[in-house]
Amino acid sequence: MKLELGKILIQDVQFGAKTEVVDRTLFVNKEEIIELVLEDDRLIGADVELARPGESVRIAPVKDVIEPRVKVTGGGVLFPGMINKVEQVGSGRTHALVGATVITCGRIVGFQEGLIDMSGPAAKYCPFSETNNVVLVIEPADNLETHDYETAGRLAGLKVAAYIGEAGKNIEPDEVVVYETKPLLEQALQYPDLPKIGYVHMLQSQGLLHDTYYYGVDAKQLVPTFMYPTEIMDGAIVSGNCVAPCDKVTTFHHLNNPIIEDLFARHGKDLNFMGVVLTNENVFLADKDRSSDMTAKLCEFFGFEGVIISEEGYGNPDTDLMMNCQKVSQKGIKVVLITDEFPGRDGKSQSLADTVDEADALVSCGNGNVIINFPPMEKVIGTLDFVETMIGGYEGSLKPDGSIEAELQIVIASTIANGYNKLAARGH
Amino acid sequence: MSKIKVVHYLNQFFAQIGGEEMADMEPELREGLIGPGIALQQALGADYEIVATVICGDNYFGSNLEEAQSRILELIKPYSPQLFVAGPAFNAGRYGVACGTIATAVEKEFGIPALTGMYVENPGVEMFKKDLYIIETANSAAGMRKAMPKIATLAKKLINGNEIDLPAEDGYHERGIRVNYFHDKRGSTRAVDMLLQKVKGEEYQTEYPMPFFDRVPPATPIIDMSKAKVAIVSSGGIVPLGNPDRIESSSATKFGKYDVTGMDRMSKDDFISIHGGYDTAYILEDPNLAIPLDVLREMEKEGQIGELANYFYSTTGTGTSVGNAEVFGTEIGKQLLADGVTAVILTST
Repeated sequence: MKLELGKILIQDVQFGAKTEVVDRTLFVNKEEIIELVLEDDRLIGADVELARPGESVRIAPVKDVIEPRVKVTGGGVLFPGMINKVEQVGSGRTHALVGATVITCGRIVGFQEGLIDMSGPAAKYCPFSETNNVVLVIEPADNLETHDYETAGRLAGLKVAAYIGEAGKNIEPDEVVVYETKPLLEQALQYPDLPKIGYVHMLQSQGLLHDTYYYGVDAKQLVPTFMYPTEIMDGAIVSGNCVAPCDKVTTFHHLNNPIIEDLFARHGKDLNFMGVVLTNENVFLADKDRSSDMTAKLCEFFGFEGVIISEEGYGNPDTDLMMNCQKVSQKGIKVVLITDEFPGRDGKSQSLADTVDEADALVSCGNGNVIINFPPMEKVIGTLDFVETMIGGYEGSLKPDGSIEAELQIVIASTIANGYNKLAARGH
Repeated sequence: MSKIKVVHYLNQFFAQIGGEEMADMEPELREGLIGPGIALQQALGADYEIVATVICGDNYFGSNLEEAQSRILELIKPYSPQLFVAGPAFNAGRYGVACGTIATAVEKEFGIPALTGMYVENPGVEMFKKDLYIIETANSAAGMRKAMPKIATLAKKLINGNEIDLPAEDGYHERGIRVNYFHDKRGSTRAVDMLLQKVKGEEYQTEYPMPFFDRVPPATPIIDMSKAKVAIVSSGGIVPLGNPDRIESSSATKFGKYDVTGMDRMSKDDFISIHGGYDTAYILEDPNLAIPLDVLREMEKEGQIGELANYFYSTTGTGTSVGNAEVFGTEIGKQLLADGVTAVILTST
């Protein structure tokens, strides 16, 4: 399967009469976006705000972040099974508005939506402090049930991202990158002398607002399966969860999975990237047993010599991470894990909830319990009403002047456990 | 500018009072510096002054841990020290434990930087490295000349509030404290590098050496539940409306004990969940899902269990550090034992 990804660089975002890209500036038509969002009668209000790097802006509570993309050629449409019919994606050509995002925010769904600061000392922890963001502020209908509110918010974000992505359809990209994974036996033969490397991608599926979707299937219902990496770049995986903000794998991060990106960067040079084994993080032990067995079986069957395993969330999924690590290692396959750490505010406790002897090669994406200070911002998009009950917040977090003291984990994707950021932790 | 006041701790041997025969010596204080204090004073420089030296025999300290600490704290209090240095103890085990104990106590009592030095195999390193900066030293007093400048350099950093460097750079035993920094490569790139090293059989270095996990063996089974006094302890964040103890929705620093006297079941009019790690929609409707009071009251009436304690303990599990959880568990256990509880149902969420 081969995908050409055309990257259209976006350096600014502005409101305009027409949603279009002109000279690296994204113009968006506010009324059309609001109209699109309000098609869903579960939402009774919507507003659009813009947030650019360096501005004195705080966004909260953030639900999801999505990069606008569009299918140009090849089968299928963006986000299959979610806002479009189910059809395989990952081939042909796709355009991405790189440097632009759609962010959904509004009254809290659960406890686990986060903050984004566009400037100040907390900005360096968040990848979306550096992007030009179209922020969708949504308002649910009165008494809308929580899970329906989550669904409505999720679909609104995807629809708006797809709508904005259309603006890139006929633009000549600044860069076109070609990604290709051949069918297994051919791929193995393409670089016979290079180590065959796979990626075990664990999707958050603890349920009850901790969900992820694969071609529209709730990941709780999955048994581990194989994916061509390029399917993910066309939105075959969509975030639907309110996991702790710091390690939430947003839909943006699925589209831009850094492990896939970095394995492709070395593909044919010092490794042979064979593909992705997709698995989940269910809470029942029987599911953990089944999924980890099947993950190890698939890794063995595909002839992987080494795999990288990433998780989403912390605590309960640490067990899935360790079970996968152990069982894949026992097949004679070398394993590297990526995770973030929660050793308590003093940094002295165990960083993970579980361990196995095989977990001897681990990459750290930082300590999420560290307390940081967020100075007041001139403008708040959304609301700070929920800061003290959001993950990372506590009584007294929100100060009268609008400044915040909270654990780093309140910042969206700050310690995301797929290695997207440069933040790491080490022993002192 | 007045000088920074330093108090130094030594055992009977380093204070040149005597060897093993003087190891039972009780704590005493001398004004100014003694023995190794000369090297310490030299390394700290003119802005610092060792105002007093406390001396205690190693055996006395070891056999009278509480007493020794409180007496030493009393002795040094009038000097209002701003910095405390113990030892270094090199490879002397009893001395190392004494240095670690008293430095930790001083740091806690006076809120001032307190540090010591030990050889890597000194048992005091393992016992106190999480609480203290312990400078890595040679295994004998021959290393004094090298140790004191390192102690002084780190002490000055602590006094001045300067950033502490990595263990290897500042010369202290790694404390097992996880500190954030920005790497020059992103995590995924480092993972690919590490994986290729591992696949090729080259050396690689994990970024997080797995810690020791404390596995708690299950208690022995209860033979006759009809005589058991049962209590419920939950990490599901169930609290009375209004969350009177202000328990956090994640990373809890406290637990609560809540009364259920006269209740047959948990009512949503009385209890909520403040837990931030799971979807509480169903538990908010029916708190018995987390605190199964309804079923346990029935079992109590039917005589299946002897008695149900008229309270439950509650905290939030999500993001709560093992360190905090150990403190909660130990305290809750003590209280339950004191109340004659013989069985606990831990409900997780």
